[in-house]
Amino acid sequence: MAAIAQEPAQESAHEAAAIEMIGVNKWYGQFHVLRDINLVVGQGERIVICGPSGSGKSTLIRCVNRLEEHQSGRIIVRGVELTNDLRKIDEIRRDVGMVFQNFNLFPHLSILENCTLAPIWVRKMPRREAEDLAMHYLARVKIPEQAHKYPGQLSGGQQQRVAIARALCMNPRIMLFDEPTSALDPEMVKEVLDTMVALARDGMTMLCVTHEMNFAKQVADRVIFMDRGEIVEANAPEPFFANPQHERTKLFLSQILG
Amino acid sequence: MAERTTPSFLRTEPSPVLPPPVFAGGAVKWVRENMLAGPGSALFTLVGLAFIVWATPGLVRHLILDAVWTSPDGVACRAPGAGACWSFIARKLEFFLYASYPRDMVWRVNLCLAMGAVLAVWLLWPGAARKGLGAALFFIVYPVAALVLLHGSEALGLPKAPTDLWGGIFLSMIVATVGIVFSLPGGVLLALGRRSRLPVVRFFATLFIEFVRGVPFITVLFMANTMLPLFVPASWSPDRLVRPLVGVSLFASAYMAEVVRAGLQAIPRGQTEGAMALGLSYWKMMRLIILPQALTVVIPGIVGIFIGLFKDTTLVAVVGIPDFLRTVETARLDPAWAGPTISTTGYLFAGAFYWVFCFGMSRYSLMMERRLAAGRKR
Amino acid sequence: MSGGEQGAARPQVPLLHDPRFRGILAQALTALVVISLIWAAVDNAATNMRARGIPTNFDFWDRTSGFDVNQTLIAYSAISTYGQAFWVGLLNTLLVAGIGIVFATLLGFLLGVMRLSANWAARSFAAIYVETLRNVPLLLQLLFWYNAILTPLPAPRASLGMPSVTLTWPDAPSFALALAAAGGAFFAARFARSRAEDDARELLASVGAALGWIVALVALLFGASVFIGAPGGGVLHWGGPAGVYLNNRGLLLPDPRFGPGFEWVMAALALGVALSLAFGIWARRRQALSGAQSPLALVSLALILGLPLLAFFAAGGPVTLEYPVLRGFNFQGGVRVLPEFVALLLGLSLYTAAFIAEEVRAGVQSVARGQTEAAHALGLRAAPTLRLVVLPQAMRVILPPLTSQYLNLTKNSSLAVFIGYPDLVQVFMGTVLNQTGAAVQVIAVTMAVYLTISLATSGLMALYARRTAWAER
Repeated sequence: MAAIAQEPAQESAHEAAAIEMIGVNKWYGQFHVLRDINLVVGQGERIVICGPSGSGKSTLIRCVNRLEEHQSGRIIVRGVELTNDLRKIDEIRRDVGMVFQNFNLFPHLSILENCTLAPIWVRKMPRREAEDLAMHYLARVKIPEQAHKYPGQLSGGQQQRVAIARALCMNPRIMLFDEPTSALDPEMVKEVLDTMVALARDGMTMLCVTHEMNFAKQVADRVIFMDRGEIVEANAPEPFFANPQHERTKLFLSQILG
Repeated sequence: MAERTTPSFLRTEPSPVLPPPVFAGGAVKWVRENMLAGPGSALFTLVGLAFIVWATPGLVRHLILDAVWTSPDGVACRAPGAGACWSFIARKLEFFLYASYPRDMVWRVNLCLAMGAVLAVWLLWPGAARKGLGAALFFIVYPVAALVLLHGSEALGLPKAPTDLWGGIFLSMIVATVGIVFSLPGGVLLALGRRSRLPVVRFFATLFIEFVRGVPFITVLFMANTMLPLFVPASWSPDRLVRPLVGVSLFASAYMAEVVRAGLQAIPRGQTEGAMALGLSYWKMMRLIILPQALTVVIPGIVGIFIGLFKDTTLVAVVGIPDFLRTVETARLDPAWAGPTISTTGYLFAGAFYWVFCFGMSRYSLMMERRLAAGRKR
Repeated sequence: MSGGEQGAARPQVPLLHDPRFRGILAQALTALVVISLIWAAVDNAATNMRARGIPTNFDFWDRTSGFDVNQTLIAYSAISTYGQAFWVGLLNTLLVAGIGIVFATLLGFLLGVMRLSANWAARSFAAIYVETLRNVPLLLQLLFWYNAILTPLPAPRASLGMPSVTLTWPDAPSFALALAAAGGAFFAARFARSRAEDDARELLASVGAALGWIVALVALLFGASVFIGAPGGGVLHWGGPAGVYLNNRGLLLPDPRFGPGFEWVMAALALGVALSLAFGIWARRRQALSGAQSPLALVSLALILGLPLLAFFAAGGPVTLEYPVLRGFNFQGGVRVLPEFVALLLGLSLYTAAFIAEEVRAGVQSVARGQTEAAHALGLRAAPTLRLVVLPQAMRVILPPLTSQYLNLTKNSSLAVFIGYPDLVQVFMGTVLNQTGAAVQVIAVTMAVYLTISLATSGLMALYARRTAWAER
């Protein structure tokens, strides 16, 4: 594929690339869900992936931290290639944070414990330090006062912001967002998007599956449209929205914007 | 600005849909994931296969090749190296089925079993027509008809067959059926009582349910057997089969009540409110709105109780009722058949009988659960 | 419309249509029916018992029983009282239920985890076990163990003896060779796995790794066994009888006799437990301060097992085993476990384990798939994910049904009466009831015992569930 440079991050594509996917294919049984995916994500690049449901968007980003296994092609995250090697998977998961559609907070742990679990058990961080870090990020997502409550006591928007803070506590270099606002009531979408915008402003490398097109226009460096398991079109947001090239892109945009 | 309108990537021709690589699917993938996922997994697989290879020939020889299929008595089964003694089962099958029930009257037993089977299939068949009629027949008409048939009635020209002669598989079926026939209405009443807003009613229902569930079934049987005759006027002197049947009904009712209660709890409050808004009285609301839904939800639970009840029928032997397992015990000790393989053969047969019945019911319950879940999703 | 007061007066409702009155009426009727039923029953019972000369008091409690019991945990003989017979039965019930619960839990959890295993052999074995045992009546299983397995065992003179296994050091070269072979195969297996690059090679690598592991294991066993009996000994030595015999009189085990110096072993055990507790606290504090993790399980195991073992050798082995010895037609010495006890324990544990396995499986499956994924996304590996995220949530689901399985096992131990194990039901509700005829009193006491156990356990369970519930809206 042709990844044409528009951002400074991509000038030294191979050395500094955060994520490289080369000819990635994946099947569920006989169903070909990812078809020849080629994608290079530069350091600090913000990418929004959109497309109709069942187009393979979630599968694509779940391959990046090996929640799904790809069956051919190569995925290289920060210079480490994903194979069956457990240590490499560990290494990549330490550096890649993920936010899920359904939050997936641990209901038996308090908000603070949700945030300190991985720093303590994976990064082997002293408890006090982990708690300070967690409070720092909880303050950043603007809910430090909820630290001692349990997930079940929070609203959906608050839960999703905790999930973001939980991922940030691992000091990730890359953040994956899998439809982070789809399960939220409309009035809570903004608070989560604001948090994500702030994160993007700080230079985090982000890979977001979302249908929030205003978010894409606001922060994305590139918008990728996927359909039927393949990348159909990729472009900077203004031309992508103003002047989509492919018929399928046009159809999709007309459906969700119109 | 001009180059910015050029997309960074635009698919010009669709990428082809390819079949998955050979090793990522099919049998090979299954073997890799299920048998050789790692060293421990491979070892386990190996041990499992070795066990099958080791155990199969012996089992086949004992159960089929070396088994005694026809012999009038236990002599052939006593021969060294003889396998399972199936002729013992064949010769005793009538005894297992009817125990001492007069042989010239067993058509009455068979008729009862057949009627029960038809009605049970009617009630359990998902989507069968006119289940209300089936339920009325099963819960009201069938018990009376079966009692008259089995016990006999001079008026109808059926000679009496006293309960002392009853036994075997048909008696096990009677105990289980009586348990289910009485426990369903009893359980519904107790469950409604436990959820009643009237404290006195709630108290008595809770007391009964917790008491019965807190003690072993055997003690309930003992109580029914020795204390029931004391609790009623001496002139009544309940039949020796009726006493354990009362115990079984009380015991099953308490467990049924808890299952029904779970079903009642699963019905959203809106149903009650809707029914009350329509002006239905308490009993009308329960009969027309709540219970039909609650009982449908708990069909798997009811079947579960029936499985437990069927296994528990073996315990009535403790008060001297010759159920199926007791007839196996009696036959096993018959000196004409004494031999080293008789006990195992007898227990194997009894085990297979109970297993087929209980496993079948549990599969049915699982199927109903899936149907219910699918119905809820819609 | 002159008087507002008049309009505010409550309209007259016919009493029968007042829901409050109806409620009170229904309750009064219920109470009346229940109480009169009970009253009639008591009245009938009093008349009937007087007519038949059945005792109506507890005078029998202190009378001499006149029968013997073949397993007693407290001093008891034929001249003891009926009251003492009650305690003997109760203790026997608690003994078999307590040991049964431990066995059933261990086996049940193992089977439950096996049912969820990715490995086909483990999964199928557990599934077949569970589906077979829980669909066959417990009584049938008990009778099978007792009448088809234990009773046909040979008489004491032809007992099945378990050979003893003693550990001796092998000669150095053969041991080194075996170790080298095992180590080589082990590293070859790991190397094969790490070279897996594509699917074809991945498959070959898995097979290679599996073969490597098997070779390693065989090499170790071979090295251990090839020199058995040779001068210098092997690792495992099959020697004379270990003092464990199985015959139609039951299971015979060596009776441990504790000599002087044994208190040191016990002290070392206490010290080991105390030290590992202290180590646990220290390790947690160290992790809180520096983040460093300690091998807690390993150190605790070494302390709790190793210290007493050291003390045992230092004190010169203060435990002597009194072996059962065949004298004439029977064994003398040792501990004899009744075949009835063995059958009941086997039946109860194996049967209940099948149910526990299902509860464990359901509990683990109840934890949403997203929880595991989120933990993996945070970088937690499989083991800590299970320990920190899945199990704490699964246990909340498992615990209530697990408790009711424990209660079921305890209640099912009353099936002892069918094979003659002297439990509460067999001794008290069987023999004592038959001899005294005090049916009402005996049955009431027996039921009260089970009821107390059940209600106390459910009460504790409810308390625990309330304490461990995490906040939810």
